[in-house]
Amino acid sequence: MPILEGQGVTKYFGGLAAVLNVDFRVEQGEILGLIGPNGAGKTTLFGLISGAHTPNHGVIRFKGENITGLKPYQICRRGLARTFQSVKIFPNMPLISNVVLGAHFGTPVRVKPAQADEQAARLLEFVGLPEMVSKPAKDLTLVDQKLLEVARALATKPDVLLLDEIMAGLNPTEIAQAMQLVSKIRARGITILMVEHVMKAIMNICDRIIVLHHGEKIAEGTPQEIASSETVIKVYLGE
Amino acid sequence: MNNLALISKNFLVRGAILLVGLVVLATLPFYSSIFATIFLSTVFMYIVLTLSWAIFSGPTGQISLATAAFFGIGIYISATLGNHLPLLLVVLIGGLASTGMAWLVGSLTLRLKGVYFTIFTFGLLELMKYLLLWFEVSFTGTRGRFVVVVDYNTVYFIMLAIMVLTLLTAYWIRRSKFGMALQAIGQQEEAAEHIGINITLLKVSTFAISAFFIGAAGAIMATRWTYVDPYIAFNMNYSFTPVLMAIFGGLGQLGGPVLGAIIFTYLEQILITKFSYYYMLIFGIVMIISVLYLPNGLAGLTLQWRSRVMRGKYAHS
Repeated sequence: MPILEGQGVTKYFGGLAAVLNVDFRVEQGEILGLIGPNGAGKTTLFGLISGAHTPNHGVIRFKGENITGLKPYQICRRGLARTFQSVKIFPNMPLISNVVLGAHFGTPVRVKPAQADEQAARLLEFVGLPEMVSKPAKDLTLVDQKLLEVARALATKPDVLLLDEIMAGLNPTEIAQAMQLVSKIRARGITILMVEHVMKAIMNICDRIIVLHHGEKIAEGTPQEIASSETVIKVYLGE
Repeated sequence: MNNLALISKNFLVRGAILLVGLVVLATLPFYSSIFATIFLSTVFMYIVLTLSWAIFSGPTGQISLATAAFFGIGIYISATLGNHLPLLLVVLIGGLASTGMAWLVGSLTLRLKGVYFTIFTFGLLELMKYLLLWFEVSFTGTRGRFVVVVDYNTVYFIMLAIMVLTLLTAYWIRRSKFGMALQAIGQQEEAAEHIGINITLLKVSTFAISAFFIGAAGAIMATRWTYVDPYIAFNMNYSFTPVLMAIFGGLGQLGGPVLGAIIFTYLEQILITKFSYYYMLIFGIVMIISVLYLPNGLAGLTLQWRSRVMRGKYAHS
């Protein structure tokens, strides 16, 4: 059974279909890439999975349970966390509090304050932000704010993590580090679904890739299959 | 280690000061003037209104103007039930009725953002005022009601108790993970929801809890006015003054709204008695100056000053 799956997922904004009849399956433990040109519906699909939007049609199942129409906090507590393409940190709070909140509220079990603090400190170290725990989050660079979002999402103890363009705007060294981080997260047993424009990263670390175009799924397969697919090349490069 | 010792020592000193202060306040009516007792009851009332407002609106940034509506509910509970039930029960019912109303209004409107929420809460106040007026005129045949009279010492003690409860609640919420979550909602609501915070429940329950103290304060303070009508009970000043007091005092810390309420109430008394012609004028000038030059309020000023002193003591290397 796939850990996360969608059937016929459709979302209209006004008359426009942002996501149209998309089926997807995410297997336990894999890294699934989601690519497509701008406006293809990738972020909308993330929003539908995480509960930010409710689909007009279709069903989304997580660990076999129908989660369509649940609120974001309910979905998060069931073990599905996400980061945001446009970073959404708590700007005036220290880094550590940003992450502690995830530890406190992201799971259905009660966490003691000392435990939450410790978990948060360890996660900040894990993503590579160990030295600035008491700094307000808004003082971080954009790159570090994205890492903070990853730490905050991990604090909710997810089984599936949705990463929305964490590598946008990074230089080659930082991209290499981010790829390593993604692999480290998977090594913790967390299944990853990621939207990314950095092809090098996508092709290297994803087990499978789904390509969206105008809200529809046009291709799905291993990186090699996607790289040699004529439909995909047409969409990206034109005819 | 040194730091820890410093903190716990600080904590003890602060606790001792608070305890002494509480003992002084609790015994005050036995040796001070009637004026002081009555004046302090008013101070307590404004502290309760300001702090209750700040419990919800401070961290979330959603400005509520419903304070006067909850206050008025307390007043009318007192006006209708005061003759039939024991005073403490009336105060309790006043608080609970406000909580109920806040819960209802909150669940309907807290999804509204920014100025829409503010305007709705203000509309609620006006709606309740005129609805009540219409009801009184068409069904009871009067406009106002007489409220049971209670001696000023009793008012003082009950008001003190409500204030202490409000302070304890505000302190507890601030220190708890829920206080942190309220701040998270104020800073980035969408992210807060996505890390597992049930934002609707948290907002509605905080709003409702804070309304309890406002309603209870209304129920006991009503006894001081002997006669109330909808215009007196649902006076919009009780919505605006707490906001001004909280901003003047500073929203960043618990002490801010308290300080703001104390100073403003004192200022009001002085101005009304000594400069009654210029009262509103001076009030306005103080407000403008504090908004322009004290963006974090008086409490922010003391914090700035303290951090300057501390920096001198433990200079960064």
